[in-house]
This record gives sequence, C-alpha cells and structure tokens, in this order.
Amino acid sequence: MQAFWRDTTEFLPILMSGVALTIIVTIGSLLLSTALGLIWALMRVSGIGVFTGFSAGLINVIRGIPIIVLLFYLYFVMPELGVTLTALQAAILGLGIAYSAYQAENFRAGIEAIDKGQIEAAQAIGMGWWATMRRVVLPQAVKIVLPPYGNIMIMMLKDSSQASTITVAELALQGKLIASSTFKNTSVFTLVALMYLTMSIPLILLVRHFEKRAGHK
Amino acid sequence: MIELSNVHKSFGKVEVLKGITASVEKGEVVCIIGPSGSGKSTILRCINGLESYDSGKILIEGAKVDRSAPSIVAIRTQVSMVFQRFNLFPHRTALENVIEGPVYVKKEPRAEALERGRVLLAQVGLAEKADSYPPQLSGGQQQRVAIARALAMQPKAILFDEPTSALDPELVGDVLSVMRKLADDGMTMVVVTHEMGFAGDVADRVLFIDGGVIVEQGPAKSVLNQPQHARTQDFLRRVLHPL
Repeated sequence: MQAFWRDTTEFLPILMSGVALTIIVTIGSLLLSTALGLIWALMRVSGIGVFTGFSAGLINVIRGIPIIVLLFYLYFVMPELGVTLTALQAAILGLGIAYSAYQAENFRAGIEAIDKGQIEAAQAIGMGWWATMRRVVLPQAVKIVLPPYGNIMIMMLKDSSQASTITVAELALQGKLIASSTFKNTSVFTLVALMYLTMSIPLILLVRHFEKRAGHK
Repeated sequence: MIELSNVHKSFGKVEVLKGITASVEKGEVVCIIGPSGSGKSTILRCINGLESYDSGKILIEGAKVDRSAPSIVAIRTQVSMVFQRFNLFPHRTALENVIEGPVYVKKEPRAEALERGRVLLAQVGLAEKADSYPPQLSGGQQQRVAIARALAMQPKAILFDEPTSALDPELVGDVLSVMRKLADDGMTMVVVTHEMGFAGDVADRVLFIDGGVIVEQGPAKSVLNQPQHARTQDFLRRVLHPL
C-alpha cells in the first residue's frame, strides 16, 4: 500500500496532463456529436425523402464502422487525400462522427415521442415546420432525451481512450507509457482506472438527476 | 365564408368523405353530428389543412385550401381550431399558450399580445390561471385556455372538434357556456359535437353525416326534432335514449 501511495505522488502529475487531454477530447467530441446528431435527427424527421434517406443511410454507415477504424481512417488515410489533421483534431472529429449516430437516434426517439396533437396544435395556429420544432417539439423532447444523453456522455468519456491509438497522449496512453517504462503495472493502471471512475461519478450523478426530473412529469 | 364542394378523401382504401358539399356563412354556427367514424372530424381537419383531400374544393373566403401551398399559413391564422384533447403546450403557461400564435406566427409585439391574452383568459373565466401550466388545470379549464388560444389569432371562424368529448360530465357546462357566448357575439363556428342540447340551442344549422355523406341538413330545430331521414332518426334515438 505504501508503495502505491509513493507511486501515486510520482505519477499523478504526468497522468493529470493525460486527464486534461481526455477532457478536451470528450468535450470536443460531445459538442460535435450533439450538433451533428441533431442535424441527422432533424433530417430524419423532416418528411423530405432525400433528407430522410440520406440521414438513415449515413447513420447506418457510421454505426457499422468501429470507432478505432474511423480514427485510423482520419489520421492515417486522410493525409494521403491531402487533408492532414493533428492527432487531437482527428480524435475529436472521429469520436464526434462516430457518436453522432447514437445522438441522432436518441434525438429522433425523443422527437417522435412527442404527441402528434402537439404538432397539429402548432400547425393549427399557423406555425411552419421549423417554428413547430423550435417552439413546441424540441423543448418537450429535451426532457425525454436527457437521461440517455447523460449515458452517452459517460460512454464518450471512456471511449475517448481510443484516441490513444492515434497517439493522443490522453489518460490511457499516458498510463501505458509510464507502465511500460517503470513496469509498475498494478499501481499505474489502478490509478488510471480510479481517475476514469472519478471523472464518471459526476456524470453518473447528473444522469440520476435527469432521470428523476424526467420521472416527475 | 367556408365552402366545400364535392370533397372526397380516402385513407388508403377506405373512403371517409364521399363528396361533401356544404357551406358556412359568416356569423353562422353549424353543428356537425353523426356516428363515430362517419367523417365528421375529417371534414374539420380538411378545412384548415391538417389533412389533405383527394378531390373537390374547399374555399375560405374564396381562397383555396391546399395544405402543401404556402397560402395555408394565412388560412390557418384565419380559421382556428379547438381539439378534442385540448393539445395545449404543456411546457408553457396558460398565458404563454394564448400568445404563442400572435407573437411567433403573426409577429405581434409581445406586450400587446400579453395584454390581449389576459383579456381573453378573463373572457373564458380563467384570469387567475394565467401563470398555471396545463397539467395543473382541469380538463375544462384546459379546453377554455385552448379556446382563448384560438381566439387570440383573431380568427374569422373557429372549428371545434368534439370539444367536450374528453371532459368529465360536470366540466362540460363551463366549456359550452363559453362557446355559447362566442356564438352570441357572432363568431362563425363549425362544431363537431355529441352535445345535442348545445346543437339544438345554439346552432343555426345542423348537418347529419353518416358514411362519409351528408344525409340530412337544415335548421337545428327541424333536424333534431323532426328528422326526415331514417338514419338520422335512428342516430338521434340512440344518442338521446341510449337505454
């Protein structure tokens, strides 16, 4: 145990720099996936054939490709096509795109859960599609969407470790580097696991809060 | 003011409207009665373009109702609708529900809309409920807010789709008396209803619809008291004397 505390004080500063990158990757890809997911979902429910088809197809393609392959593609293949991304950019873009599919399906479920009568009432006072979405459907869908959204946040936090495969020195990669140079596997990976857990706990509490609030109605 | 000529409408293979021709004059109150599934609600929903119709023509003050044309917005702001299940926006207060259309569709200044909204809520007897959310209101109160919301658009006519069918019996009266007041004030109203008492007292004309056609129509008193057609007689007997 004493050895673990000594290792902790020694490795923590290095691991903390990994934590910073983990948070940047998570927040960056969360924002990107939310924006893209909302666009896919709105296209999907637009009732316009081309948009619906495009969105449905795209979501299936994204869902069918492993995140790690998507990351490799962005980081190793895109340069050959003339688009060079930094590892961090590729990580945020890759995770953002990958998760946009799940975000879209979540948003779509929330939108479709809204009573048809709400949409008719909006139409009956002359609202167009966009105003109906913005003023009537989306504000109500948010409540339904939030609990699963919180779960997606937790999954993204953990999946940000996949960025290590394209050299982003986030928490998992920092851990691996320290472990392979010091052979203190137990201390290092226990620490890494605890740090992920520590970051997850606020999110888990947030999900619980969302669920309670959604349950009230 | 509202004219339907030979309107046909099918859902899939089922033809629900088989050539409806009718008109509603300005200031008139027309009640549509008939068995469920007869196409009553569909007529209302076609008039303000919530449903499309397959053939025939619906005109509102001479303008054709076409739900896929941009002109539908203008028609909907002139012809309001009150729904069976109220369909208030649950995330907005009663007052916010009332001003939603004026502010976000007709672009009225918010202060003006608020002022008018309060007057309308007072008119339906709910001045003190302005800041309540729909789930906090009874069905009858919600429906009266919905009527205020319809009035806020300053419509030329209001369509009522079974406005009291989802209400507990003791709450029906409040809603009907608000509607009666509107009728007395000269509002053009088309009301799909099972409230024969209301139809008899308030309506100028009654249309009896069965199987997607108008079986009988005429002044309310004569259709309800001396129905000519066997199907009308049968329907009224069932409604008025269910046992």
